[in-house]
Amino acid sequence: MTTQPIAAPRPAPRRRTRTGAGADLAEFAGAAVTSFAITWLIFARLMPFTVQAVGFAVCWYGLFLLAYWLITRDGHGPVIAADRVMGVLITTGALAAVTPILGVIGYVIYKGAPVLRLNFFTETLAVTGPLSAATEGGAMHSIIGTLEQLGVATLISVPLGVLTAVYLNEVRGPLTRPTRLVADAMTALPSIVAGLFVYSILILQFGWGFSGFAGSLALAVLMLPTVTITAEQVLRVVPGGLREASLALGAPQWRTVLMVVLPTARAGLSTAVILGMARVVGETAPMILTAFGSSTLNANVFSGQQDDLPLFVYNQVSSSQDTQVQRAWAGALVLLALVLVLFVLARLLGRPRTARVRRPAPKPATEPAAKPRQERTPR
Amino acid sequence: MAPSTAVPEAGPERRKIETRLTRGDRLYRSLATAAAAVTLALIVLIGVFLLIRAMPALREAGWSFITVKEWRPDGQQPRFGVSAMLFGTFVTALVAMAVTFPVSVATAIFINEYAPRRIKQTLTSLIDLMAAIPSLIFAIWGLFFLIPLLLPIEQWAVDELGGSLPFMRAAAIGASLFNAGLVISLMTIPIATSIIREVLSQTPRHECEGALALGATRWGMIRTVVLPFGRGGIVGGSMLGLGRALGETLAATLILSVTFEIKPRVLENGGITVASAIAVQFKDAQTMGLSALMAAGLALFAVTFVINMLAALVVSRSRSGAGVEA
Repeated sequence: MTTQPIAAPRPAPRRRTRTGAGADLAEFAGAAVTSFAITWLIFARLMPFTVQAVGFAVCWYGLFLLAYWLITRDGHGPVIAADRVMGVLITTGALAAVTPILGVIGYVIYKGAPVLRLNFFTETLAVTGPLSAATEGGAMHSIIGTLEQLGVATLISVPLGVLTAVYLNEVRGPLTRPTRLVADAMTALPSIVAGLFVYSILILQFGWGFSGFAGSLALAVLMLPTVTITAEQVLRVVPGGLREASLALGAPQWRTVLMVVLPTARAGLSTAVILGMARVVGETAPMILTAFGSSTLNANVFSGQQDDLPLFVYNQVSSSQDTQVQRAWAGALVLLALVLVLFVLARLLGRPRTARVRRPAPKPATEPAAKPRQERTPR
Repeated sequence: MAPSTAVPEAGPERRKIETRLTRGDRLYRSLATAAAAVTLALIVLIGVFLLIRAMPALREAGWSFITVKEWRPDGQQPRFGVSAMLFGTFVTALVAMAVTFPVSVATAIFINEYAPRRIKQTLTSLIDLMAAIPSLIFAIWGLFFLIPLLLPIEQWAVDELGGSLPFMRAAAIGASLFNAGLVISLMTIPIATSIIREVLSQTPRHECEGALALGATRWGMIRTVVLPFGRGGIVGGSMLGLGRALGETLAATLILSVTFEIKPRVLENGGITVASAIAVQFKDAQTMGLSALMAAGLALFAVTFVINMLAALVVSRSRSGAGVEA
């Protein structure tokens, strides 16, 4: 190679690194057509099956994989063939995960929207019997109940969760490891167990009776690990230079956390709170045991049975009348909208977090840089 | 370690640095510690209170609590046990995991390795959104849309295979453990996927590129680099999904027709899970019934807590990348 004289600077033709995409596509299409034809042959001619869409699709898919493998193996060898078939399988898996979510959202809108009227937000079920039309009555009592319970649960779990996150990330101590582990494990605490717990402690032990507050407590138990873990991750991103600058200026630890660390992580903390709310707003199982549900308005969260949206949907779906089931879809639509709003809110708040937090990081923690930064952080 | 401590001691007189906290700091530190302690205490409290309330039933039933299928705790001769519930719980969880495992691993790989960059972010958000959608909504969607869609195929499987395979036999289909498990998988897929995706995305890029440079196909690279790297995350993520599947209430409550029996014919109507039994039996339960439900809840809590704890351990270990760096 080195002995070869340098030839004239003839520009080498630009090399195409892609293999022919057209041929690949042709193989794919060929396999699809082949398998479709065979499936049709089986279903329409050979077997006495009645043609059903789902069975046909499954059969077609199976035969397609086989045909595609055979075709690519013939053309490129077994290694490439395995690659292609696995590519198809992995894409199918991803589609299988994504299709239900779109299906659920679409179906809830399709079923719920025709029943949803303005009175759904202004009436209760107090005078609505099983035989009323689906558009009669409303879920005002449930919506008010949901908002109140969610609010109380947030008031309880957010200070606790954020303080725990501060302990995990700022204070640190012998409890750090076990707390982190327990918080991780608690994220998948069965919601019905939280309900049973609150029932046993508040209703059996203290004789409080069913109330929205009992429901809020159960929600707070479920919300706590989500808030803690998310908040801890947010606090971890706060640059250490900020903390050190504040401590070096003579601020005590609590002022550092309160005036520097928490304000810096504010956007991320809001995300943590909202994610926690989104996690519990649709919880039904613990509410069956704590808030119990009702069909009339009870605005007092601290006493008496109270309804909320998940209970509304659950009770309407469990009944036998078609009109009630339709009303349940309207409730499900409102609930889904609530979750979507919370989710989008969390995303919007979460997005500037990375930009805002990362910005001060590359700056060296020198004396002159400290001043403008200090002005920015309390903002 | 040793040299760094030796250096200051070389000086004539070592200066003592005293860390003294102000009163505010002591307050702040104890407050934060208290919050963490509350979180820890909560899990203990849950166990203790359920145990206290469960004691009457456990004393009444003794070991038969584990072996008996029936559930008649209120009455002259109470006879109850969790074996039917536990069976239903494990069957539904097994079905859910059989779906969740391949789908979530495939989705995680797809998002990390196959998806174009723009779709990647959307897909990740969609999976997160899926985790936020209430299980109640998945349950009613499954009940009114998914199961009617699958009924013809299940009917066909029962007709054709029921003769030769005993567990495929069924008198009536639809409200079966299998369908409940299928709907539960919708709730476990996002949890498992997001954790597996996160762990797989930490695969060292240079090793992937090395594999590709050596002539591996994309699948070859995934099989030899990505999957071995993420084994811990895949196991841990699936176990977190399993913990969720065991505790899922609504899908089983709405879909299953309640029967307290151990039924290996998974496609046939009827069955019960621990969580759905609590939800269904709660309204009619008397004193002993409540206590028995508490005992069932305690069993569920213990099982899921152990599984989640193990999963959290596995995931946190694989997240930190220990054992891979070598």
